[in-house]
Amino acid sequence: MTQFLKSREAILSAAILALLMLIASRFPAFVAPSNLARVFTDTSPLILLALGQTVVILTRCIDLSVAANLALTGMVCAMLNATYPGVPVAVILVLALVMGAVMGMVNGLLVWKLNIPPIVVTLGTMTIYRGIIFVISGGAWVNAHEMSHAFTGFPRAELLGLPVLAWIAILVTGLFFLGIARTPLGRAFYAVGGNPHAAVYTGIDVGKTQFMAFTISGMLAGLTGYLWVARYSVAYVDIAGGFELEVVAACVIGGISIAGGAGTILGTLLGALFLGIVKNALPVVDISPFWQLAISGTAIIVAVAFNTRSGRNKGRIILKRAEGHA
Amino acid sequence: MTETASHGQAPRHIPDRLQGPGARLLKSWELLLFAVAVAIFVANSFASPYFLNAWNLSDATFNFTEKAMIAFAMALLIISGEIDLSVASIIALCSTAMGAAVQYGAGTPEIVLIGLATGLACGAFNAVLVTKMGLPSIVVTIGTMSLFRGISYIVLGDGAYRGYPADFAYFGQGYVFWVISFEFVLFALLAVLYYILLHRTNFGRMVYAIGNNATAASFSGIRVARVKFILFLLTGLMSGVAAICLTSRLGSTRPSIAFGWELEVVTMVVLGGVSILGGSGSIPGVVIAAFVMGLVTFGLGLLNVPGIVMSIFIGLLLIGVIALPRLWAMWRR
Repeated sequence: MTQFLKSREAILSAAILALLMLIASRFPAFVAPSNLARVFTDTSPLILLALGQTVVILTRCIDLSVAANLALTGMVCAMLNATYPGVPVAVILVLALVMGAVMGMVNGLLVWKLNIPPIVVTLGTMTIYRGIIFVISGGAWVNAHEMSHAFTGFPRAELLGLPVLAWIAILVTGLFFLGIARTPLGRAFYAVGGNPHAAVYTGIDVGKTQFMAFTISGMLAGLTGYLWVARYSVAYVDIAGGFELEVVAACVIGGISIAGGAGTILGTLLGALFLGIVKNALPVVDISPFWQLAISGTAIIVAVAFNTRSGRNKGRIILKRAEGHA
Repeated sequence: MTETASHGQAPRHIPDRLQGPGARLLKSWELLLFAVAVAIFVANSFASPYFLNAWNLSDATFNFTEKAMIAFAMALLIISGEIDLSVASIIALCSTAMGAAVQYGAGTPEIVLIGLATGLACGAFNAVLVTKMGLPSIVVTIGTMSLFRGISYIVLGDGAYRGYPADFAYFGQGYVFWVISFEFVLFALLAVLYYILLHRTNFGRMVYAIGNNATAASFSGIRVARVKFILFLLTGLMSGVAAICLTSRLGSTRPSIAFGWELEVVTMVVLGGVSILGGSGSIPGVVIAAFVMGLVTFGLGLLNVPGIVMSIFIGLLLIGVIALPRLWAMWRR
C-alpha cells in the first residue's frame, strides 16, 4: 500500500481529484455523474490510441502516424457507407480493424525488417497516410446526411447508461490490463524496452515484438477512426490533425518512459483522463480553448521531468514479481 | 539492435559493385542525391514549359531557403544525437513576438532583434531542459512544440498581426541583384558558415565525437553538455532567422504559421544523409537535399499537383532513400 502511495499513479490520481474538486468548488454541475460520463466518453478515443501508443513506447519506439491512420480509416469507412449504405456495421468494424492493423504493420515491417528508426518511419507514413485521404476523397467532405443511421448511431447507442464508445474504451482497457500482465507478448513488450540485448538472450525476437506493438497501435487507430467519424458524423482530410501529439502526451503524463520498458496501463489511463478533464473543463471555467495547447505542452514537460527524476536511481524491472522487492 | 548501433559509426554507403579508384566517390550519398536532383531538374524542364525560366526558378528557391536555414543547425543537432521538434513552433512564437512589437510601434531593427532574441530564448529553454535537467530531447521538444505554439494561440487566438513596416519586407521579398533574392544569398552564406563550422573547426569534430559516443567524448575532455547547449541555442537562433524571413515574406502573423515545418526540416536533414541516430552526416548533403525537396515541390506545383499530394512524395522520399539501399543490400545477400 505504501508502495502505491509513492507511485506515479497515486500522484496522478491525487492530481486528478484535486483538479476535479477545484472545478467543483465553483461549477458543481461539472462533477455530476452524467457530466463525468460525458467527459469519459469524450476522452475515449484518446484512451484507445494512448493504450496502443503505450505498447509502442514500451518497446522503445514511437508511432506518430496514429492520427493519420485514424483519419484515413475513418474516411474509407465513411465513403463506403456513403456509397453502399446497406453494409452492416459489423463489416465496417472489421474493415476498420483490418485497415488500421495493415497500416500499423507497414510501420512495423519497416522498423523490423529494414531497421529504419521508428521516428523516421512514422513521420513518413504520417504524411503519406494523410495525403492518401486527399487522393481518395479529392478533398471533399463526407457529411452527416450521406451517412446511414446505423453507421452514425453505433458509437452513440446507449447501453446501461453509457454510450457504446465508452464501453469499447472500457473493454479495450480491460483487455490491456490482462494482456500486459498475463500474456508472454505483454511481458515481451517490457523486456524488449527494458533491455533489448537481454531480451534476445531470453529468446524474444526484438523486431517481431516491435512489429506486434505497431500492429496493435494501428489496429486501435483504425477502430477509433470509424468510431470518431461516426460519432462526429463528418469525415474530411484534416480530422484529428495533430492528435498524435496529444496521444504521446497522455502516455508521457501517465509515466510511460520514452526510453522504453517502464510504465503501466493504469498510468496511461490516468494520463489520458487528466488531459480529457482539462480539455472539457476549460470552456466550463471560462478559459479560452486556445489555452489548451500550451497547457498540454506544459503538462508534458512537467511529467517528463518527473519521470526522469523518479526513475533515476531505480534499475529497470522486467519481471513483474520482482517489482515488490525492488 | 546491434545492426542499428553500427549505422551510427560509419557514413552511409550505397552498396553496389563498383571497385577501384573513384569508387568511394561514386558510392557517396551526396553524389547519389546530386544525381537525383539533376534527374528531377531535367524531368521538370520536360514536364512543364514554365520551368526553365529564371524568375520561376528564383521563386522556387523560396520553397526551401527558410527550411534549409533551420536544417543546417538541425543537422548539427541530429549528428550530436539530439533532435528539436519544436522549430516550427519557435517560428510561430518569434513571429508573434515580432507582430506584437509592431503593435507597439517598433521599427525594423527592433523587430529583427526581437525575432532573434525570442528564437535564442526558446533554444535556451530547450537546452536547459535537455542538458541541465537531463531529459530526453524528443519528449522535451514535443512538449515545447505544444507550449511555444500554444503561447501564440493564447496571444492571437483566431486573430492575426499585420502592419509590418515597408522596409521589413526586404528580408522575404527583396532581391540583391536580378533574380538572386536576399533569402537565397542568406541561405548560401549560412551554408558556407555551417560547412566551416562542422567540417573545418574543432567544434565540428566535437559534434561528431559526441554523436558517435557521448561517454567517450566526455572522457576525452569534451564538455558534452556545453556543446549540446550551444547546438540548441543555434537551432533556436536559426528558427528566429527563418521566422524573420517567413514573416517578412507573408507580411502577417497567424498562430498557425509554419505548421508542420518540423517534419519537412527533419526530412531535409535525413534526406541529406545525416544519420537520425547521430554521428554522421554532412552539410553539402543537406544543401543538395534542400534543392531536391525544393525542386520536387516546385515541379509538382507547376503540374498543378495539390500541396497535400506533394507531401506524399516527401514522405515516400524520406522512407525510400533510407529503405532502398537497405533493401538492395538484403536482396544481394
